[in-house]
Amino acid sequence: MVFEPLISVNKFILNASLQDFLLESVLGVVFLWCLYSWRKKKHSALSLEEEEEIIRNWHPEPLVSSSEPPIDRDPANYPLVTSKVDVITQINGKNFLNFASHNYYGFAANPTVEKRVIDCLHKYGVGTCGPRGFYGTLDIHLNLEQKLADFMGMEEAALYSYGFSAVASAISAYAKKPDIIFADEKVNFRIQKGLDASRSTIVFFKHNDMDDLKAKLEEQRKKDLKNPSKAKKIRRFCIIEGIYMNTGNICKLPEIVALCTEYKLRVFVDESISLFTIGKTGRGVTEYFNIPTTEVDLIMGSLEFSLGSGGGFVIGTSYVVEQQRLSGLGYCFSASLAPILTEAGMAAIEVLEQDAKLKDELSSKCRYIDEQLRKLLSDFFSVSGHEESPIKHLFLVVSLPRDEEETILKSIVKYCFKRNIILSMPTYLDKEVFMPRPSILLTINVAVSTSQISEMCSVLKDACTQVCFRQKLVFASQ
Amino acid sequence: MSYLTVENAKTLIQNGHATKCPPAKNGFITNALHDSKASKDMCNGSISNGNGAFHHSKKEQPLTILSRLNVMSSNLFYFFWKHFRRLFSRHSSKSKPHLNGSACKMQESHSDPDEWKSRESFEAPSVYVVATTMLGFTMVMLLNALSRFIYAPKVAVENKNRKGYAPLYNKFDLFYSQYVYRRVKDCWNRPICSVPGVEVELKDRVSHDSNWTFQFSGTTSKCINLGSYNYLGFAENSGPSIEAVKETIKTYGVSLCSSPSEYGLSPLHFELEKLTARFLGVDDAIIFGMGFGTNVLNLPCILSEGCLVFSDEKNHASLILSLRLSKASITVFKHNNMKDLERKLRTAIIKGQPKTGKPWKKILVIVEGVYSMEGSIVHLPQLLKLKEKYKVYLYVDEAHSVGALGPGGRGVTEYFGIDPKKIDILMGTFTKSFNAAGGYLAGSQEVIDYIRRNSHGTHYAPSMSPPIMRQISTTMQIIMGEDGTDEGQRRIGQLRKNIRYFRQKLHQIGVIIFGNDNSPVVPLMVYLFSKLHIVLKEFKERNVAVVGVGFPAAPLYMGRLRFCISAGHTKEQLDTAIGIIAEFADQFGLKYSKKPRFEGEIKYEDVKV
Ligand SMILES: Cc1ncc(COP(=O)(O)O)c(C=O)c1O
Repeated sequence: MVFEPLISVNKFILNASLQDFLLESVLGVVFLWCLYSWRKKKHSALSLEEEEEIIRNWHPEPLVSSSEPPIDRDPANYPLVTSKVDVITQINGKNFLNFASHNYYGFAANPTVEKRVIDCLHKYGVGTCGPRGFYGTLDIHLNLEQKLADFMGMEEAALYSYGFSAVASAISAYAKKPDIIFADEKVNFRIQKGLDASRSTIVFFKHNDMDDLKAKLEEQRKKDLKNPSKAKKIRRFCIIEGIYMNTGNICKLPEIVALCTEYKLRVFVDESISLFTIGKTGRGVTEYFNIPTTEVDLIMGSLEFSLGSGGGFVIGTSYVVEQQRLSGLGYCFSASLAPILTEAGMAAIEVLEQDAKLKDELSSKCRYIDEQLRKLLSDFFSVSGHEESPIKHLFLVVSLPRDEEETILKSIVKYCFKRNIILSMPTYLDKEVFMPRPSILLTINVAVSTSQISEMCSVLKDACTQVCFRQKLVFASQ
Repeated sequence: MSYLTVENAKTLIQNGHATKCPPAKNGFITNALHDSKASKDMCNGSISNGNGAFHHSKKEQPLTILSRLNVMSSNLFYFFWKHFRRLFSRHSSKSKPHLNGSACKMQESHSDPDEWKSRESFEAPSVYVVATTMLGFTMVMLLNALSRFIYAPKVAVENKNRKGYAPLYNKFDLFYSQYVYRRVKDCWNRPICSVPGVEVELKDRVSHDSNWTFQFSGTTSKCINLGSYNYLGFAENSGPSIEAVKETIKTYGVSLCSSPSEYGLSPLHFELEKLTARFLGVDDAIIFGMGFGTNVLNLPCILSEGCLVFSDEKNHASLILSLRLSKASITVFKHNNMKDLERKLRTAIIKGQPKTGKPWKKILVIVEGVYSMEGSIVHLPQLLKLKEKYKVYLYVDEAHSVGALGPGGRGVTEYFGIDPKKIDILMGTFTKSFNAAGGYLAGSQEVIDYIRRNSHGTHYAPSMSPPIMRQISTTMQIIMGEDGTDEGQRRIGQLRKNIRYFRQKLHQIGVIIFGNDNSPVVPLMVYLFSKLHIVLKEFKERNVAVVGVGFPAAPLYMGRLRFCISAGHTKEQLDTAIGIIAEFADQFGLKYSKKPRFEGEIKYEDVKV
């Protein structure tokens, strides 16, 4: 019965019986195989000794290039945190005013959160011993996912065990090789890795420059006209950050959404910093610009910054988020988020929801600091960052070669450290697509008082005068 | 549609039983049955009735179109199988028939006394099993393709404002997830509401719309847990480590809110890194907040263009992703096959880089200690010989082996009695044996220093959470015996005994289990897609939590159950589980193994470790 179709084809073509047909095909295969192995033999004409010779003579480079001296691993030489992270944080046993940790609401030291975390510890232990698929889904994971989705008024959320992998995996779950991604050139390193993993064509547009984006989109449209049927199948994405990690600026969401609708791009927003800190009730840039969340396809975020916990998440429609659960690599193939971190995130959101004033307070603090910095330090720094952003970047007013800027900023940070204030300088690897300019990163905690802010400003000013004096620098405005 | 399927299934069942075919056929029938609601009920019924509902009705049914199709395609598969068999049974050459466990010890008279350490088995399925599996899968696909026309997706539909956009997913993926995977979805992602210890409480859920959505029924069921990677049984919610963690939460909170290169370091970091290095017997170690990330954030910074990587075909997704992120060239070698590796290594070194012919900058071989889906242990001694001869570097991912292998829990190097310093980079995770989260890289001072400077993790990711570090260091100290008790040794001994006992017992049942006799991961081959589903469901009914792995995580025709043995399992728990497995092996036809079996009684007390 199986042969029926075969026979008919056979008869039609060869007008021969089945046996002949089979025989011929077998002969043909044998012939091809002979040909193949003969060619192969001809190719590897080296004798065994010659091969061994080559192998003996091959000397690999060392696994790592070790031109640098060994790292000093004496803990005494490091600024080690020895207490909870809060406005006043202990470093090596001494109290410091903290403007360096991403702990905007102080949840890392919140007693309510702590109590719930300890209760959770006694119920679930520390780890989950498995990925989400294999008994690593705790009920509290589902609750937190529901909470996040409800908070944003979207359908579904998926939790990751690491903020980095949430952003990096989310992108490559959708964007594949033939696709095109338009991304802001200042996107953070996590997004850059996600772009790498997707292997799509990446088009960077200038930071927050909508004209440039439009020009690039227009260029692409022209390319598409050449092959419209292929162009129809190319997925297009636009990837931006709510508040940019590397500049503190807010994205221009309304313009982006308008352009993306026009050119049919899907919008992914990394709201690691903006979620919970921006918008009337802390619902991120969509709320801030009053844009319906349906205009955004995926919101990526992390529990690490505002919520003082760990892990990451994506929020979107079920249609979109479902894909994370099937092919988000960091979601499927890694143990799920530790229960204590899950509970810490949950407790933090609930505190935020109950205390609506908290968000307003943070915004006013951010605005105040912004004002103060611009007022008091404009001689030395240009302040980068949206006024309500909880992070501010301080760039030097004068531009100097990179390593000089770095040394100056380092000495400023060091001076402040001596005066018991910690500020941080983000470190970048040379793998960045567009190397960000060195800066001092200032993070704002909601509980910081005005006097503490003035103290910080005055110390920073002292630092600048001191350092500039030592470096014999003349600033443009002086 | 439904008539055809049911009739067709009946015919086949009758034929199957009349001719005394291997029971594999039942699984295939479930496939066919899964499709229509009526038939699904019937199928479940038949199974809960002990699979005997149809046995006696011998009335012949006329061949329907579908069964004709079945026969045709099964014949085609048979031809295909016969001719391309070598492609499929790459493992079969390795599967020397031998008796598992203690029974096989008697036969050991090899020159290499440690040969047994890397002895493993990947018994190949029979032609028939592969044919039916493929056929079954084809049927599932065909029938679901039909049902796609009848039932539109109920949930998760695209937003209206995205009309006219290029489709987000390709058609096949969408079809597979919505129509094929959905049917078996209830057996994965089962929520739990307790610590994932040796017993785990599952939150029961039901679906009223064929798995489109789930609702909680409000009840829970306590199951014996053979699914979590809780090798040393540290998944507990009380005890010394929990007390220590609690204290740490009180002093440090749960997060330092900063990356290690900024203000994200605490004394705990230094302690844990030193302890890890000491535990593993190497110079230095560096820790990260996620095991998956440990690979993904660091491999790309060691590799560059002009480097060549040899990666085992069964390597974990994190390794594959990190290789994709690096610019290195990648060659995949057959699973745990050192001959294949050597052949490919030779060719690579001799030929140099493609196009230019320049010699490779460096060659890195990436393997895992214990393979999580295959249950095999890397052949480290042979690998080291290759390393010496060909001057390659070695990266061993010990996610599943650290803690679980070796007399001191130090992983695969200790298991083979090899100096850990011989391996360039040891990687491992804390999620499994330590019941925490995160991962480490360990090796020589030079290598770790380089990673410390260049790792994406130290610059762009927040540092590890202090309480989690505390959990790791306390459990690690327990394993090392530094807490002043022999608790660690007891757990390690118990785990080894449990593994041996469980594996020997399963082997005696006659099911095919993969891998090494000493591996804590025990894959039990089920092959058929829907047999896997029904077995998983039944395990749940009997309160045993097990993991099933099917396509696409495992090859199409290699569906399997996976058991993870823990030191915490008692003999009674293991016996209960083994009893149920034996029962299911009869009921669903899982006794595929053709190896000789040990006939006598295996006593827990007598199991040698
Ligand atoms: C070999 C291997 N590497 C890495 C990982 C990822 O580890 P984690 O779950 O800690 O992210 C796993 C986990 O399944 C694994 O099996």
